[in-house]
Amino acid sequence: MGRKLLLEHINVPGIDTLAVYREKGGYRAVEKALKTLTSEDVVEEVKKSGLRGRGGAGFPTGMKWSFLAKPEGVARYLVCNADESEPGTFKDRYLMTHIPHALIEGMIVSSYALGANTSYIYVRGEMMPQIRILEKAIAEAKAAGFLGKNILGTGYDLELYVQPGGGAYICGEETALLESLEGKRGNPRIKPPFPAIAGLYGCPTVVNNVESIAAVVPIINDGGDEYAKIGIGRSTGTKLISASGNLVKPGVYEIELGLPVEEFIYSDEYCGGIANGKRLKATVAGGSSVPILPANLTLKYANGEPRLMSYESLSEGGFATGTMMGSGGFIAFDEDQCIVRNTWNFARFYHHESCGQCSPCREGTGWMEKILHKLEHGHGTSADIDLLWDVQRKIEGNTICPLGDAAAWPVASAIRHFRDEFEWHVKEPMKSQSSNYGLADYANPIEKVVVAEEK
Amino acid sequence: MLKVEETQPVEFSSALLAKFDEVVKRYPEGKQKSALLPLLHLVQAEFGWTSVPAMDKVAEFLNIQSIEVYEVASFYTMYFLQPKGKYVLEVCRTGPCCLVGAEKIMDRLEQKLGVKEGEITEDGLFSWRGVECLAACGFGPVLQIGPEYTFYENLTEQSVDQLIDDLRKK
Repeated sequence: MGRKLLLEHINVPGIDTLAVYREKGGYRAVEKALKTLTSEDVVEEVKKSGLRGRGGAGFPTGMKWSFLAKPEGVARYLVCNADESEPGTFKDRYLMTHIPHALIEGMIVSSYALGANTSYIYVRGEMMPQIRILEKAIAEAKAAGFLGKNILGTGYDLELYVQPGGGAYICGEETALLESLEGKRGNPRIKPPFPAIAGLYGCPTVVNNVESIAAVVPIINDGGDEYAKIGIGRSTGTKLISASGNLVKPGVYEIELGLPVEEFIYSDEYCGGIANGKRLKATVAGGSSVPILPANLTLKYANGEPRLMSYESLSEGGFATGTMMGSGGFIAFDEDQCIVRNTWNFARFYHHESCGQCSPCREGTGWMEKILHKLEHGHGTSADIDLLWDVQRKIEGNTICPLGDAAAWPVASAIRHFRDEFEWHVKEPMKSQSSNYGLADYANPIEKVVVAEEK
Repeated sequence: MLKVEETQPVEFSSALLAKFDEVVKRYPEGKQKSALLPLLHLVQAEFGWTSVPAMDKVAEFLNIQSIEVYEVASFYTMYFLQPKGKYVLEVCRTGPCCLVGAEKIMDRLEQKLGVKEGEITEDGLFSWRGVECLAACGFGPVLQIGPEYTFYENLTEQSVDQLIDDLRKK
């Protein structure tokens, strides 16, 4: 059994209330941090823990905190990114629904570390039930003296507010989120300046994902060094994985980083294998934006070694044979799923969600959706596959924010690994409308490439 | 051209304005524009959609230009710029939900309600539409119904039928 730092008490009845949460050791981190540690100490513990941003980018949280500018007389802000919208990701909703105080406690400790006296939790607008849950939790915390003026008599003041979004994937990008929080359209800003220098209202700001902030609580309770002992290499601690698709037991799992992918998919402790006795065809390991991998490369590297659930191991082999940890949105596709159809679905998503600011993304995502629609519906030509490759190449790296890359990668990787299936849609347009390409050899062991010796 | 109902003047009740005041307090002095998104949600919950006259009143309340409200309301997907049915059923149509049958659920809604995506049933009770990922992929297919955004998970064709029948009886 892996250690559980965030979800240990998830099944305790009433854990969403302050009373039960405190019975289970809640708000110890606030007491410890505010009464015994300086704000620099808290930042130092988080640095020692090796915690990396859980929203997708994987940037070290402690380092991000240490970049925060601290000019005299200027307010600083902590903003929690709870705009969870990446297809395949639903861990933050789960955590906020069941243990809202884990986030509130993390917000208090983190705000203290950054010297923020006003903090916001930006929750996507669709999550109105979670907004109500958080507001109730904040009221409870305030009544118990953990929020407001002079918290626990330490002289530290903090007001915490929940801000609803309006329904836009792009607001998960931190500068778009800040624009949205200022009451504007969610158009990402050009960087630099980074939010650490000029963020919300032009003031120094840190934006962190829900899970990153919740993870600060066990880090302060047990110490950064203890946290860093969990995991593997530079992937320290535990991670929430959202498992979806054709699995026996989809859901949110807390894993110790370094768990073999095969164990995660097939063991009864986690996903329990592929649903309905089918075989695994492909996975998207970290939310829709990361490259899709066929079953064989999901479980093993190209050299045959087992792949693990960690930042480094998932990206082993680069984009040629690897993928990314991303937000931990793990989507499994069984043998009956059509990769072309799914790629079209994702392309439609990115076209819908592009903010329209940069031409390569605004136009390119539309082109990709149209070409994929054509291929999926049996009207494609082989030139379309090349055109699709060409379009995604022209988006990647040419936009203000990473949405362009996120739109290009799933398309590029689908063509890279599943080109046979795309070509089958072109060669067999009628058949592709009534049947599926199936598993083909996507689960077979990869043949070792042997380079002939020169004679 | 705006339709007649889209130009109807609106009145904000004192209860609604009191809620507005509560929201504005969350932001620093002079940064009241931050309240725009929450305020539009409150307006939509009250009137079922955000009409141009309602947006103008929000602009007036926040002391900003009307265009600043329009551009925001049209950017985000949750604000309805036209009247909708009393219940707007929003089904997730993104990848992971489609792997477990979201398309079938949308077909079923269209059949059961007898209206296409975006249209309103004759009795004015229902609209439906496909929306992008609702962050509940492991419990799909899913749908939500505003303004409370009540959430329904693990849908089947039967459970959708049942849900619509229950709403009709309400």
